[in-house]
Amino acid sequence: MLSVKNLAVSFQTRRGTVEAVRGISFDLAKGEILGIVGESGSGKSVTSYALMRILDAGGRIKAGEATYSGIDLRRVAERDMGDIRGREISMIFQNPRAALNPIRKVGHQIEDVLRRHARATRHDARAKAIKALEDVRINDAEARYDAYPFELSGGMCQRVVCAIALACDPRLLIADEPTTGLDITTQQAVMELVRDLIRARNMSSILITHDLGLAAQYCDRIMVMKDGLIVEQGDPARIFSDPQHSYTRKLVDATPRMGEGIRSLLPPEERKAELPHQVHDRPLLEVSNLTKTFKGMAGPVHAVRGISFSIRQGQSVGLVGESGCGKSTTSEILVRLMDATSGDIIFDGQDIAGIPAQGFARNPRRAEIQMVFQDATDSLNPRHTARQAIGEPLRRLGALRAAPLAARIEELATLVGLPLPLLDRFPHQLSGGQKARVGIARAVALEPKFLILDEPTAALDVSIQAVVLNLLVDLRAKLGMTYLFVSHDLHVVALLCDHVIVMRAGEIVEQGPVTRVMTDPQNAYTKALLAAAPKPPARRQLA
Amino acid sequence: MSAAAYSRLRAVAFRVAQSIPVVLGVVVISFLLTRALPGDPAAYFAGAAADAASIQEVREALGLDKPLLQQFLLYVTDLAHGDLGQSISSGRPVAVDLVSRLPASLELTLTALVLSCGLAIPLGILAATRPGSWVDHLCRVLVTAGVSLPTFFTGILLIYIFYYLLGVAPSPLGRLDFIYLAPDHVTGFYLIDAALTGDWETWRGAAKQLILPSTTLALFTLAPIARMTRAAMLTALSSDFIRTARAAGLSRGTVLYAYAFRNALLPVVTTLGMVFSFALGANVLVEKVFAWPGIGSYAVEALVVSDYAAVQGFVLAMALLFVALNLVIDLLYSVIDPRFGFAAK
Amino acid sequence: MTDIPVKLTRTSGTLDHLIYVLRANPVTLLAFAMFAMIVLSAVFGPALVPYDPLQTDAKNALQAPSWAHWFGTDNVGRDVFSRVIVATRLDLAISVAAVALSFVLGSVLGATAGYWGGWLDIVLNRLLDTIMAFPLFVLAMGIVAALGNTIENIIYATAIINVPFYARLVRAEVNIRRNAGFVQAAKLTGNSDIRVLAMHIFPNALPPMMVQVSLNLGWAILNAAGLSFIGLGVRPPTPEWGIMVAEGANFIVSGEWWLAVFPGLWLMIAVFTFNLLGDGLRDIVDPRKRT
Repeated sequence: MLSVKNLAVSFQTRRGTVEAVRGISFDLAKGEILGIVGESGSGKSVTSYALMRILDAGGRIKAGEATYSGIDLRRVAERDMGDIRGREISMIFQNPRAALNPIRKVGHQIEDVLRRHARATRHDARAKAIKALEDVRINDAEARYDAYPFELSGGMCQRVVCAIALACDPRLLIADEPTTGLDITTQQAVMELVRDLIRARNMSSILITHDLGLAAQYCDRIMVMKDGLIVEQGDPARIFSDPQHSYTRKLVDATPRMGEGIRSLLPPEERKAELPHQVHDRPLLEVSNLTKTFKGMAGPVHAVRGISFSIRQGQSVGLVGESGCGKSTTSEILVRLMDATSGDIIFDGQDIAGIPAQGFARNPRRAEIQMVFQDATDSLNPRHTARQAIGEPLRRLGALRAAPLAARIEELATLVGLPLPLLDRFPHQLSGGQKARVGIARAVALEPKFLILDEPTAALDVSIQAVVLNLLVDLRAKLGMTYLFVSHDLHVVALLCDHVIVMRAGEIVEQGPVTRVMTDPQNAYTKALLAAAPKPPARRQLA
Repeated sequence: MSAAAYSRLRAVAFRVAQSIPVVLGVVVISFLLTRALPGDPAAYFAGAAADAASIQEVREALGLDKPLLQQFLLYVTDLAHGDLGQSISSGRPVAVDLVSRLPASLELTLTALVLSCGLAIPLGILAATRPGSWVDHLCRVLVTAGVSLPTFFTGILLIYIFYYLLGVAPSPLGRLDFIYLAPDHVTGFYLIDAALTGDWETWRGAAKQLILPSTTLALFTLAPIARMTRAAMLTALSSDFIRTARAAGLSRGTVLYAYAFRNALLPVVTTLGMVFSFALGANVLVEKVFAWPGIGSYAVEALVVSDYAAVQGFVLAMALLFVALNLVIDLLYSVIDPRFGFAAK
Repeated sequence: MTDIPVKLTRTSGTLDHLIYVLRANPVTLLAFAMFAMIVLSAVFGPALVPYDPLQTDAKNALQAPSWAHWFGTDNVGRDVFSRVIVATRLDLAISVAAVALSFVLGSVLGATAGYWGGWLDIVLNRLLDTIMAFPLFVLAMGIVAALGNTIENIIYATAIINVPFYARLVRAEVNIRRNAGFVQAAKLTGNSDIRVLAMHIFPNALPPMMVQVSLNLGWAILNAAGLSFIGLGVRPPTPEWGIMVAEGANFIVSGEWWLAVFPGLWLMIAVFTFNLLGDGLRDIVDPRKRT
């Protein structure tokens, strides 16, 4: 149905030509769902834009051919291409809210497509648009027709994007990271919807994703891309059980799964023995009845509604929940960047909830509670070098200067595996993984007793996530730190925590030892979270 | 939906209410400008030729011998009655002078704005849709040159070229050549009044006079509008939703106008407020250059003879006009942006 | 090892980037050259001009441009070229002083309001709204008319109408970074609020500020010239571009174009330079675009 031969795409940028796709070939059969998996910069999205001929300015198909049902997609006239887009081949995108025109009613946006492809007239467009909304299982489609994107949730917006893409019954659907940025339960609902629609209409589909597990669950065949080339393709079960290419092996290893240790994320040759961390009986942190209420436009917003838990010294606790559950607010309060509305925080025998966050920078306890931030790029001052960033806490709180300061910075860089020559670079000159290391080095510089990790790997590719998680495990053992690991991903939490707390809508719905919660969840919401996560197929057995 | 409509209405009402403190602030500042003069305000208001007795008379008439707060109340009461004081140069109430001259200024400013929007918005769109093309370069040059042009200089240059060298423009003296009679006063806009009475000869005469000054003003306001349109179009065109629209096969026209342009219009409308501010200021200079009998040249004449009541009345009138214009712009914005009142904190 | 090699790499990086930008963008290079020329004529102009800018010479009145008088002479026989060059210092001084005043005032107000918010923010916003509620040139007219017709008051008036731009810009720049990760990280590493604001947030707000400064300098010159064009501030016979255009305007209709055109052209070139410079600076100071 679709046949791609030696497709190459290049981009003209200020710094010269970038070869984004360097000659790839594949075929897609009718009714097949093909997954294209790769990390950022692998050229997977560019491939799909090239097929649709909607490359951004400066991009062009350099060589190769793409044939869809006998039509040469590379050479067909732009006007005919317009007829193909939306009617023959459709696309859905990541970040669904941005993918919709913010100032046009969603119903009208669907009508635009229907009328463009002569699937509706002025008279029946409205009815057909509502039908399209019903097809993507939107409740009360009649009322949603008049809604603007900002009035809908992220999952709902993605359904509308699907409705636009499927309104004219295309025969091929390209889904470009359709669930990135959505909560895990929403992700599952959207993916199941898309799969059901594709199957029901006997369409073909290309699913582009960075998540090998997700692709394995929904695709008939997987293609792994790296640096603009296809390194491997095949049946999902085979890819997992017997990956041929070293990069595929690395990806398969780095995909977290239940019941395996954290070292298994790394390539076999890098798996050193995990250093044990010691959990004491003495509690380091005791939180009781913590609440936080914000003033909102439409009345108070209860972000945290009276939560209590305790963390023992040396213990690693995972705080899990979907967006808006209050986990970030909780961690900001604990790290003393925000004041709680009420409640106690007993840290190492002292109630620190009463100390205002504003003056906490000068509190002697400041050095003992530190944090690794979610977005490494955002958490580094763009005008400071890595050396300055790591040196900051040492200078301000450790009162180190001159030679001892320089020595300590280099010691820390070595500790987190940051090559010393990189110390004099600015954040924009470092890769994502390197920035994460700088952030971690800064946080552990003063050897804090308590370290909060706020989704430290959320913005990283899986292979780098694997390395960073292992680094955190090593540091914990070496420095004897206590962790609070905040994440939306139960599987990641299970890899390095002893205890897990599940939050929803500002409340703790379940907490307990990791193994118990993962294998025998008591709360319905925890069960739903576990069920929604993609389950990668079994992987090859190590000899 | 009705809840959404209700909160929109509330947001609009809130926006209207927001202009009240602004008007109050404007009145306070203009009071301070009139009464907090270094030296004796009464002497300023009485004019250069006044003797001690007439200064004292002015002092009592303005209540300048009373405490500041009472003076302010008097000032506000006068304002509420439309009393901006007496102009010493014309001998008439300042309010009367301003009202009679306002249409001339408005006709000039509005013509200029229509001209510049009509040119700048298409130019900005063309530049944004063809980045790197000659239209884009032309746009960039025009934009940078446009904001660098001193309006008074452009006006003089245009007079030199079109009046002195080419002789195609009428003499740059006012709204109508002396061979025509002013049309009957209906709106005060000569073009409209002449059209209403069907006096097309006068209409042409008035239009001829209007061309050079409004072009001068338009050249000045062209730049910010074109720059903003180009930037807003570029942002809109690189948005995700444009990719969705293209992937759905929508025609180039629909993508450009129904999707990109309507979104780009929002920041453009917001800049219009700033453009108005520039235009009203530049208006003063253009009126002086072309001897245009509007409120700007009135203020300049008043400045020359130190007619303070007239100058401060003019400043206040301009500010109130501008506040009203900004309100209109924001209400216009609320019509095109469904998120109005939601996106705000 | 020590700080010295760090500094070296940084400066050379900046320099490389500067050269890279200038080579890639000859217009910016031109702007820098023009800027240097303007600064030079402001500093050395009065010492170098061929004639005394105030010396009248009735015999040589209204001479068209010639080798003796490059820009011709005015109605009382003063050399227009000398007057145009000498005026650079005054016009530049007015705008630099005004922009410096508004930069400092605006930065302090905007940074405080943007960082701490609350009632301070509300009060500042109200104040700025009120200033912005006036058409700005008209407000400057009102201020000069009220305070008195002097050069200092031109500077104050120009500074006041510029403050809202700086205050709003800084407020916005500070506000978007107030909760940025690196700011929170700075607090965790023991910086007090004021240190965070001064050492971490404000330097990051500087690039857009510098662009604004450059654009504003041009605008301030336009404003000051506009005010003197309508007879405020600078008094004749002091050479100043706005007045010279105003005086020359009377001779345009009789064809003596050089009286108004040369000072007007110079004024335009100065403003144009600052605008070009502003656009060029945008490329240079933005560290994210540095390669």
